[in-house]
Amino acid sequence: MKLALLADVHSNLEALTACLDHAAEQGAERHAFVGDLVGYGADPVAVLEIVESHLERGAIVVQGNHDAATVDGNTTDMNQAAAEAIEWTRNQVSQRHREMLSGLPLLLRAEASVFVHGSAAAPEKWTYVSDPMRAANSLQAAASSYVFCGHVHEPVLYYTGASARPVSFRPVPEKPIPVSPHRRWLAVVGSVGQPRDGKTAACYAMFDTGKSALTFYRVPYDWAAAARKIRSAGLPERLAHRLERGE
Amino acid sequence: MSRLPEVGEVLDGFRIEERIHAGGLGVIYRVSGPEVGFPIIMKIPRLGHGEPGESVVTFEVERMVLGGLKGPHVPRLVAVGDIAAVPYLVMEYVAGQSLKDWVERAPIPAEEVARLGAALATAVHSLHMQEAIHLDLKPSNVIVRPGGEAVLIDFGLAHHAHFPDLLAEEFRHPVGSAPYISPEQVRGIRNDPRSDIFSIGVTLYELATGRLPHGSPQTLSGLRKRLFRDPVPPRGIVRSVPEWLQEVILRCLEPEPDRRFGSAAQLAFDLTHPDQVAVTERGRRQRTSGLPVLFRRWFRAHVLEPTELTLPSEHLASAPILLVAIATRHTNEAFFQSMRDVVKRLLALEEKTRLACITVIRPLPEVGSPKEEEVATSQRIKQLVQLRHWAEPLQLPADRISFHVLEAGEPADALLEYARANNVDHIVIGAPPADRSLKGLINTVSTKVAARAPCTVTVVRPPRSG
Repeated sequence: MKLALLADVHSNLEALTACLDHAAEQGAERHAFVGDLVGYGADPVAVLEIVESHLERGAIVVQGNHDAATVDGNTTDMNQAAAEAIEWTRNQVSQRHREMLSGLPLLLRAEASVFVHGSAAAPEKWTYVSDPMRAANSLQAAASSYVFCGHVHEPVLYYTGASARPVSFRPVPEKPIPVSPHRRWLAVVGSVGQPRDGKTAACYAMFDTGKSALTFYRVPYDWAAAARKIRSAGLPERLAHRLERGE
Repeated sequence: MSRLPEVGEVLDGFRIEERIHAGGLGVIYRVSGPEVGFPIIMKIPRLGHGEPGESVVTFEVERMVLGGLKGPHVPRLVAVGDIAAVPYLVMEYVAGQSLKDWVERAPIPAEEVARLGAALATAVHSLHMQEAIHLDLKPSNVIVRPGGEAVLIDFGLAHHAHFPDLLAEEFRHPVGSAPYISPEQVRGIRNDPRSDIFSIGVTLYELATGRLPHGSPQTLSGLRKRLFRDPVPPRGIVRSVPEWLQEVILRCLEPEPDRRFGSAAQLAFDLTHPDQVAVTERGRRQRTSGLPVLFRRWFRAHVLEPTELTLPSEHLASAPILLVAIATRHTNEAFFQSMRDVVKRLLALEEKTRLACITVIRPLPEVGSPKEEEVATSQRIKQLVQLRHWAEPLQLPADRISFHVLEAGEPADALLEYARANNVDHIVIGAPPADRSLKGLINTVSTKVAARAPCTVTVVRPPRSG
């Protein structure tokens, strides 16, 4: 089964549709959204409608910190631009969508995989899994062969064998990586809607469960349109600018 | 876990026919099974209690890396067994002779060393082009097919830039065969393709002298000596080793990767063109380097941090082989100047580019009357003089340029064959006259070369005069 892994969509409709179209061409049979469906971008409603339809068809969806903030309005841990965007988003989304976001679990487990936005060690703390130590903690708490997460916005694969300390690997797009289940793997699948590694192309990954192979993809999308919408919505200029630079 | 199968047993459709090798890390069987068009073997790692953990990892690495490789220089992978059930790899049985057989007869003549070395370097280049580094090159891991082509086997310690390096995590100490691993490998660096060039150098040294350049150290401090010491020059052991071969071998064995060949293709090029090797102090050296050199290397090895490395293919892109085809019979200086301008621009892009200047003439008689032979020799020299004259304004050092007069009835075929055999990355050739009809163009040398070349071709047209 081919499972498309999408993180940090951040209300970017152009990036999401580009990734979903690409995943469909690759034969995706199921989808997992690992948090932060909204925030930053200008299309929360359209994005939530797409995710909602996937949810109805059995997609895996977990909550991210921007999703939680959209529900409760608590932006104390956010920078000003992010907080402004949350404030704006809260005024856009319907009660029904707010309930959908509020009902999302922080962590989901399916067979040998765990899906979580931050760390499986403390999902509610929104920890950035950005080094081998945090990857080790998340893997240990998950007690599964695979952990798929987001939050960090840069694609990285951590893996462990005999020794406890995981090693990080920067995946090469479109090259399937054999991820044998006897080891433990933690994939930060990269961000669909706000890549931050200097490249504008949207990022997602595909897990082929039958072949135990994980492939990362970069999908070019119309970021000019996404940035334009951010500006015309009156959202902070910085949020439009970073889509144009991938930062 | 992992009971080894008996002869006659059938495993996932493969029948075990014969045990052909049993080593520390695994066992190899000749097997029969589904028809794949070539003979096959099955490799099973020794796993479980009392067996080294290393065999699990090297099995995984080999499965991963071999799965990402293709071409005539690696065994074809046929099937893989589940690591949780019976882990195995079924792959092509490579018919041929192990390079070890030649080492046993060493020292062998320089021509044979060069022929085997060129085949090995060509195979390694093909690996590097596919983003992989072998990291365990030694005579027993090279099989020479009856046709002379080299095949690399045993990828248990290899690195492939598309996959996580499972060994980087597992073993903090250097892995590989002590006599053959490069200084960077001793330091735990696993992503430099020039490590393979060092190991080829050890093998060439062994073939040419019958000895190992750094012995077989058993301790880490013994291994670390190669970080700054260089070996006894081959000519100090076997007097008959030519200077050009010593130059090539010692260049491979330079402790600093930057001083080695820029690519295995450039090494293969020198081994197939001994007369074009620019012999330096390295080739004539009688003894090992003095204290100042040792100190500089020691300082670099112990004090300087290794530089960040890129993908193997990016490495190769920095050291390409450029072929320029010069039609010496045209004596149009404007045309020659245009060719030089283009070559100059290409050379400026990468400072490790090698330039091969080639002209093709009609075949000259191999044997004839003394008078005829004299004419032939002077013909060849005349062509070389013209090539050198053309290249002089480029002011390239001798180790970056070579000159070749090919004799062939069909120039396009000769150029294409040369480009293929020498892993040429880019061909520069003059355009046919602009007034040719479309039909007439098809038969020109440059059209044929551009259409069938194994690499990029730049067709140069001089600016219109007047």
